[in-house]
Amino acid sequence: MPHTLTVNGQARTIDVEDDTPLLWVLRDVLDLKGTKFGCGIALCGACTVHLDGQPVRSCSTPVSGVAGRKITTIEAIGETQVGKKVQDAWLAVDVAQCGYCQAGQIMSATALLSAIPKPTDADIDAHMSGNLCRCATYTRIRTAIKQAAGLETAKTEG
Amino acid sequence: MNSISPKTSRRGFLKASAATGGGLLLTINFTGIANAATGPAQINAYVRVMPDGIVSIMAKNPEVGQGVKTSLPMIIAEELDVDWSQVRVEQASLDTEKYGLQIAGGSTSIPRNWDLLRTAGATGRQMLVTAAAKTWNVPEVECTTASGKVLHQKSGRSLGYGDLAAKAATLPVPDPKTVALKDPKDFKLIGKFTRDVDGPAIVTGRPLFGIDVTRPGMLHAVYEKCPVFGGKAVKANLDEVKAQPGVTHAFIVEGVAPADKSTVTTQLYPGVAIVADTWWHAQRARQKLRVEWDEGEVATQSSTGFAARAQELFKAKPEKEVRKDGDVDAAFKSAAKTIEASYSYPFIAHASMEPMNCTAHYHDGTCDLWVPSQTPAQARSIVAKSLGIPEANVAVNLTRGGGGFGRRLNPDFAAEAAWISKVTGTPVKVLWTREDDMRHDYYRPGGFHHLKAGLDKDGKLIALSDHMVTYGQGDKYAASANLAANIFPAEFVPNLLFGATIMQLGVPTGALRAPGSNALAFTFQSFLDEVAHASGKDPLQFHLDLLSEKRVPPAPPAPPLTGAAAAFATPPFSHERMRETLKLVAEKAGWGKRTLAKGTGLGIAYYFSHAGYVAHVAEVTVKGDDIKVDKVWVAADVGSQIVNPSGALNQVQGATLDGVSQIYGAEITVAHGRIEQGNFDDYPLLRINQAPPVEVHFLQSANSPTGLGEPALPPTLPAIANAIFAASGRRVRDLPLRKASMASA
Repeated sequence: MPHTLTVNGQARTIDVEDDTPLLWVLRDVLDLKGTKFGCGIALCGACTVHLDGQPVRSCSTPVSGVAGRKITTIEAIGETQVGKKVQDAWLAVDVAQCGYCQAGQIMSATALLSAIPKPTDADIDAHMSGNLCRCATYTRIRTAIKQAAGLETAKTEG
Repeated sequence: MNSISPKTSRRGFLKASAATGGGLLLTINFTGIANAATGPAQINAYVRVMPDGIVSIMAKNPEVGQGVKTSLPMIIAEELDVDWSQVRVEQASLDTEKYGLQIAGGSTSIPRNWDLLRTAGATGRQMLVTAAAKTWNVPEVECTTASGKVLHQKSGRSLGYGDLAAKAATLPVPDPKTVALKDPKDFKLIGKFTRDVDGPAIVTGRPLFGIDVTRPGMLHAVYEKCPVFGGKAVKANLDEVKAQPGVTHAFIVEGVAPADKSTVTTQLYPGVAIVADTWWHAQRARQKLRVEWDEGEVATQSSTGFAARAQELFKAKPEKEVRKDGDVDAAFKSAAKTIEASYSYPFIAHASMEPMNCTAHYHDGTCDLWVPSQTPAQARSIVAKSLGIPEANVAVNLTRGGGGFGRRLNPDFAAEAAWISKVTGTPVKVLWTREDDMRHDYYRPGGFHHLKAGLDKDGKLIALSDHMVTYGQGDKYAASANLAANIFPAEFVPNLLFGATIMQLGVPTGALRAPGSNALAFTFQSFLDEVAHASGKDPLQFHLDLLSEKRVPPAPPAPPLTGAAAAFATPPFSHERMRETLKLVAEKAGWGKRTLAKGTGLGIAYYFSHAGYVAHVAEVTVKGDDIKVDKVWVAADVGSQIVNPSGALNQVQGATLDGVSQIYGAEITVAHGRIEQGNFDDYPLLRINQAPPVEVHFLQSANSPTGLGEPALPPTLPAIANAIFAASGRRVRDLPLRKASMASA
């Protein structure tokens, strides 16, 4: 059945079954490939998007529950001030190895810094532990978050 | 319009370089293709120069997170003498005639390509210099280069590479042997922190990965394989599946087994394909799928059965003698002290974040692939074999891979996509679920060891034996399940016996980051720590003594290797390099110099793999059953030059944390021939809150640069296990820690 979603500021009407996960609407219907599939059961965070500014796992969010709410994906997070800072820090620190999980990491980090502009290590642990990185770039993820928060000066040593 | 100068045709160049006997040089295809003045000029297979001076450099090897899409082009750019800001990197498709081996495996990209790519860049630079010298009618020796320009200082003239490229591309290719390489002290780019060329696309979510590929008219497929390895679908409720929304096709695939199963493990597994307009529709319909499987003989195999059988087999002598030096029995009898212990480690999965996938389009007897593979040539080969078409009819486009770790060395998923595309007549993307990925892997094989060591009255190691109970088919080891004869401490113990016994296995195994070493380092370095403590010496001193001299005569030189075996051959072990690496990590970690709180301990371990020398010290705190890795120090000697310090540091930290992840929780178990785990709930990976700081030091020795994707993993596990012993007196002999409810929350 038809669903009208607000994705990255645009109203989009799509015709899919109610139980279709938001992830597959984004990827295969709206052709927004930045949001990634990792586990399908909200355990890895690769599919993280923002729903009214809050991070959610789109692989386990049925499309029927998101009509009328604001969905932001990695493709548009750079249009927010915090999102842009996070992306810039990710680049400066050169966080990625394979890069597959990083869209989800950036979405979670942006949500963290929006809620807690100057996070402690414990805040980072609490907000980022839902996002797996199989390459284990965790050292640099932590550095990049601190750099985006202005807690560390530009640092490229890891 | 392109025109090919007959003087510098590929054929001509290949002949010339073949005559000089430089196997690797065959892959430098200086085609000498000249373009119209307004277009890009191709200087050689790797380098195209645009009229505006932008240089496009081909990245030939698959990128799966090891950083070669950045580091290999850096080597060319350095010798070409262009600024990195002028460089655009393009991913090459599979073309083994042009590029030679295109593989991400064995930490070989840097060592195999270091000289080759330096020569490719320097040859391009030489041709641009020649072009400038001819333009100005001055001697070449008066010309220099910098930042993508040729300079003639005498006359103050300069020309950008973009202005010279068209002319350069018409010139004969100089003999690579006559081309001067830079003195490393003049490097401007190599050795500098250089960011991943795909970084901007990664952080903004642009399509990059195999899973992101889309083709006009493409359908989406899921592929259900028998949960028991080797099983086949007998029948399925295909009509019901076909009636589900969006489903276009549902059919049984018989599969194509390799002719020789003992050497070729990649194959098109039998299964049931469901094809739909979207992936979710295919996956949704799969929930209705009911298959009657013929499970086959592997259904009797289980991890508990293997463990029990291993204990039985330890009572007998090993089936195979792998190495024998001196007389261990006599040495054990004369020893002042003997130490015995059994070790085991489980099967583990690769679990790369991007599940296996491939897009294929079969048409007119040819097949185009878009595949995240570590071995695109293998994808071409398995697709050609499965479809019964010539390899020349398979075109392979390489996408970035969302993690590899060795899983993508076996591109069975490519055969699935190709087969399904042939049936549907459309482009098809096959995408596995996480459960498919975890249950149809080529696992790091588990293994069992019984070790015994003898010390003389001075605490010197005089004898060591290992009986490894491992896996295989018939009398052949399963992939990555062998005990090599040169595993340390072989050659450093006068009386040594390595033996192995094979248990029959139907579960596919394969290379996982530092194959062999990832398990054997844990086993031998943990056991040697036990021996060190028994000797009464400090473990560091024990190891420095052990590494001081070879104690058996060197083996006679083996016949020279050829082909792939030569490409992946490990150079001989240098105990001097290992000692220096070990000393460095001990110094940095404050080994023996710090007072540690009760319950906190340091462990040390080292390993030589993939030509890299790496040593770790782990600091661990144990409180009851809770184990926390507080910090890890790493020292690595991978030769004289770290090409990209950013990538290198990331690899070492990542490989080390991969080891932390493995020791905490990685375990795949088999029951009734099928894998019991399916997702990250029962196969946990390390999370950020569990990740300790990893401090890395490179020891830049006067040796040719070698790779870093793998060698920093193996010593991590024994360093942690040895630290647990130092902290708590508990010896970890069976992995993972989770099994003994010892892992940190």
